[in-house]
Amino acid sequence: MKPAEFTYYRPESVGEALHGLATLPDPKPLAGGQSLLTLMNLRLARPATLLDIGRFTELARVFDDTEALVLGALVRHRTCETDPLVAARAPLLHAAAGHIGHLGIRNQGTIGGSLAHADPAAELPLAAVTLGATVHVESATRGKRALSAEELFVSFYANSLEPDELITWITVPAIRPGQGWGFVEYARQHGDYALAGAGVLLSLDARGRIAGLRIGLLNAADRPLLFDEREGTAPVLGELPEPRLWEGLGWRLAALSEPSHPDTEYVKALCASAISEAAEAATERAGENT
Amino acid sequence: MTEIPIEVMVNGTRFRRTVAGRLSLADFLREELRLTGTHLGCEHGVCGACSVLVDGRSVRACLMLAAQADGREVTTVEGLGAEARPLRECLARRHGLQCGFCTPGFLITATELLQDNESGKPLTEDGVREALSGNICRCTGYQGIVEAVLEVGNDTETRDDA
Ligand SMILES: Cc1cc2nc3c(=O)[nH]c(=O)nc-3n(C[C@H](O)[C@H](O)[C@H](O)COP(=O)(O)OP(=O)(O)OC[C@H]3O[C@@H](n4cnc5c(N)ncnc54)[C@H](O)[C@@H]3O)c2cc1C
Ligand code: FES
Ligand code: FES
Repeated sequence: MKPAEFTYYRPESVGEALHGLATLPDPKPLAGGQSLLTLMNLRLARPATLLDIGRFTELARVFDDTEALVLGALVRHRTCETDPLVAARAPLLHAAAGHIGHLGIRNQGTIGGSLAHADPAAELPLAAVTLGATVHVESATRGKRALSAEELFVSFYANSLEPDELITWITVPAIRPGQGWGFVEYARQHGDYALAGAGVLLSLDARGRIAGLRIGLLNAADRPLLFDEREGTAPVLGELPEPRLWEGLGWRLAALSEPSHPDTEYVKALCASAISEAAEAATERAGENT
Repeated sequence: MTEIPIEVMVNGTRFRRTVAGRLSLADFLREELRLTGTHLGCEHGVCGACSVLVDGRSVRACLMLAAQADGREVTTVEGLGAEARPLRECLARRHGLQCGFCTPGFLITATELLQDNESGKPLTEDGVREALSGNICRCTGYQGIVEAVLEVGNDTETRDDA
């Protein structure tokens, strides 16, 4: 229950960290350590080098851009949960963060670490795909690039980053008038990983009909599963957002999920119910947010 | 193996040591400083027995390296002073502990909750249960612990108002 040996470095700047990632043997960034140190204690991970990026205060900032909320990779879950700016501009992210583990975990864990860890049962990856977040990454040799949250998640605990790349910033489109959101999670007890859950971002047009719909599912595949207008939610565009519609859509999308839980039928039923509950909450909020 | 010089303030005393990179904060406190009030149950973040305050926030000392605590202020259960006395007494009175293995972790987490302005006050039973959900107790069934935190938290509230 102790990690294997490694060399610990604490780079002074993002540039130094990037240089370390490019040149040191088998390096891993250490952010909050709430997943990495767990895996290392269990000897499921044995990096040769840890680069402690946890103190880059620059990357612990949240700020407001015209149409987006910009979060540094080191923003703690607890900040997402308590910062009024996050609550106002990205309420789904704010709500999702409150469901992560326990207080002691949320005090330490970071959004960049959670996205990089790419757990399909994790709340922030789900919020990121549902909201259409952009992930900004940087490497010493190839500079900066931006990818959509969807492009980041490849499979269970696998992301599409190169080993020398660091997530630096995450931009989340801010909630707009006419939009409503919902987040529903079912777990055995608060703080446990979700059995099932759904995030919904709904846009209504001036006549109150569905103009846009993104639905993300927790723990329903090998990555956070997204249904959007290109795939899955197109049939309801132009419809009135009514409970019966949500119920039907919930079951239809849940049928497409591939939960890893042994009791698949049970989890799919939870999934369907999470979708319709979250969509109803989104409908109500969209109505109020004009 | 790398040796890392660190300087940590623990319970008000400054310690300068050289540590191995892989030494956890929990092992540093227990083995190096002989502060064995911080308990180790699972060593992978689940049980909360190892909770300590770092710069006033509860963290799992099994999921933090001693090297990460460099320059920080750490409070262990041994360092909780008068502010924790009502809670200790109340836990004892309400049978909030039996074997006591989990108790240091609960004291740390509850102390953070009681001091935290971001948690809604007055405390509710649900709120307390949520805040303590990261601490596992195998003996008490939690009832006494929750009651003790509620009693102390909501008493403090009325005293503050007065
Ligand atoms: C008991 C317990 C319960 C938990 N419950 C939940 C839960 O319910 N829901 C949930 O979502 N999570 C849960 N977690 C995990 C927690 O949210 C972690 O904080 C998160 O998964 C990782 O964030 P971190 O900052 O701790 O990252 P680390 O553990 O430091 O790193 C995780 C991975 O990401 C990499 N990494 C970190 N930062 C970057 C970066 N900027 N760029 C590139 N790579 C990076 C690391 O190299 C490592 O591979 C739980 C953890 C524990 C111990
Ligand atoms: S020993 Fe740290 S959480 Fe269990
Ligand atoms: S009193 Fe024994 S584990 Fe809590």
